[in-house]
Amino acid sequence: MGEDFLLIILTFDATIRVSVPLILAALAGLIVERSGVIDIGLEGKMLASAFAAAATAYTTNSAWLGLGAGVVASVLLALLHGFACITHRGNQIVSGVAINILVSGLTVLLGVSWFSLGGQTPPLTGDARFNSLTFPGAEAVRDVPVLGPIYSELLSGHNILVYLAFLTVPMVWWLIYRTRFGLRLRATGENPAAVDTAGISVIRMRYLALILCGILCGIAGSYFSTGHGAGFLREMTAGKGFIALAAMIFGKWRPVPVLFACLLFGFLDAIAIRLQGVEIPIIGEMPVQFIQALPYILTVVLLAGFIGRAIAPKASGIPYVKEH
Amino acid sequence: MKKLLTILNASAVLLAATATVALAADKMPAVVFDMGGKFDKSFNQGVYDGVEKFRKETGMKYREFEVKNPTQREQAVRKMAQRGSDPVLGVGFAQASAIEKGAKAFPDTRFAIIDMVVMQPNVQSIVFKEHEGSFLVGVLAAMASKTGKVGFVGGMDIPLIRRFECGYIHGVKHAMASATVYANMTGTTPSAWNDPTKGAELAKSQFDRGADVIFAAAGGTGIGVYQAAKDNGKYAIGVDSNQNHLHPGTMLTSMLKRVDVAAYNTFKSASDGSWKSGIQVLGLKEGGIDWALDEHNRDLITPAMKAAVDKAKADIIAGKIMVHDYMSDNKCPK
Repeated sequence: MGEDFLLIILTFDATIRVSVPLILAALAGLIVERSGVIDIGLEGKMLASAFAAAATAYTTNSAWLGLGAGVVASVLLALLHGFACITHRGNQIVSGVAINILVSGLTVLLGVSWFSLGGQTPPLTGDARFNSLTFPGAEAVRDVPVLGPIYSELLSGHNILVYLAFLTVPMVWWLIYRTRFGLRLRATGENPAAVDTAGISVIRMRYLALILCGILCGIAGSYFSTGHGAGFLREMTAGKGFIALAAMIFGKWRPVPVLFACLLFGFLDAIAIRLQGVEIPIIGEMPVQFIQALPYILTVVLLAGFIGRAIAPKASGIPYVKEH
Repeated sequence: MKKLLTILNASAVLLAATATVALAADKMPAVVFDMGGKFDKSFNQGVYDGVEKFRKETGMKYREFEVKNPTQREQAVRKMAQRGSDPVLGVGFAQASAIEKGAKAFPDTRFAIIDMVVMQPNVQSIVFKEHEGSFLVGVLAAMASKTGKVGFVGGMDIPLIRRFECGYIHGVKHAMASATVYANMTGTTPSAWNDPTKGAELAKSQFDRGADVIFAAAGGTGIGVYQAAKDNGKYAIGVDSNQNHLHPGTMLTSMLKRVDVAAYNTFKSASDGSWKSGIQVLGLKEGGIDWALDEHNRDLITPAMKAAVDKAKADIIAGKIMVHDYMSDNKCPK
């Protein structure tokens, strides 16, 4: 029992670690889509900030400066996206895809020319990384049944970005549902003409949403290279930006359901990692391929059967034109 | 169109020209480094060390080119051959098709490729017996483990990586028959080579199950595995090049593919006339495979471990231990 319980706790622990970038990126996507801009470029923004964070953290030996650089890189890309599809009314999908491709090549190119390590940055150590925070008394209560492991394994022992990610959920919820800015943001995504009539600039609202999106993606990207990992590697975000988009749709563009969707995806990932090579009663050892397909199979099944219709903000993806 | 081609060609010549210093008309060996470049502290740098050794010993210069994107591979190989280089050495499996096309277009030029087989009459393919090296690090892993449980993290699930896994398992069991080996593959697509996040999670899951030494043969994913080992105070084993320097005190050892030996041998044999086309398999016996012992891990390797691994090495060379090659029958006997 004790052994199994610990294993479950450790799986949840892995879930939390894997979910963090998903949560941040999905919330970033949620904010921009609520303002009426589709952002396929979450992946690219995270990758760029992962690189900027690792490169800066390595050079300055400070994870915080790395985080700052990551956020700046990501916000700049967000503004580029805005420039293409808000100011110039370009196709939002095309712009997002272009950012993904640009970053995928640019990070490796810069990495090769700066560090000569085949596109990687050197490994980060010490202060160049966000180290785990151990809660007071975590070691002392480890042996207390049930609550001990929950406190010392599940809650304690993560780096600060993990706690920040979970804190972002109520913050985004409050921003969207409880502030004037949030009301306007939602209105911009549903009926930009009405917002315009009320004398509020649609363009300004959408740019602000993109900057917020950039900040969140920047934190998510920095988590990859300076929090969970220690250094940048080409394509290290490994499609997490797209999973985040799926989670956002799963959660129907609402912060709390989005959080649970991200945790579900993270949990499936953690399960896939832990089930690999483990003998399961009756079935025996599961083939690697099946285990790895499991999250995607479940996504399709859940999306088709249980979630129901997901309705996007009405004006999402449509550039706003002031006069018809 | 023709004009465009001429311009393209001219720029390629220019590119190649800037990469070389000497422009002697006589036959000069050439090497085409792959992405990452010659100072990547890994595969390419190994080749660089080998050809530099050749240059210092013989005084013969060589041409070189560093591929910066995948489309340059074929161009670079052809250009080297066109300029009369011989032999032309390609680094890494990714250059296989470039070398193959080059070899067909220049049948009188000798080509060589490291880490891949190209079946052409004028190509020397140099491959390694990774299973032998994996066996040795398996022995070390089993002896370093306090829990009797060790792990393996592979990159993409392909026969080559299964070969590492199988050799490693045999090595572990050879040193400790009762040991448990947890083996995981990162994925089934090429992204599995560059997913350090997943590498770290796989490593953590193995540590949680009790493993305390993990061997990663997973490219960039391995970086995550080593980091996880360091964060959790366990041991990890590097692969291909000497990765001991990454985390001294954590890296138990590294399984070495001596690409420097391979590169040196190719150039050397071509210059003294003993060059042969076909497949060259380098194992422990040929000095093409080894394990790393340097100032970064000397304190982790006890005399007993060193003695055991030296004995295993001698036994494999003498043929007393036959390490099963997964790729010979796509099976790993238990």
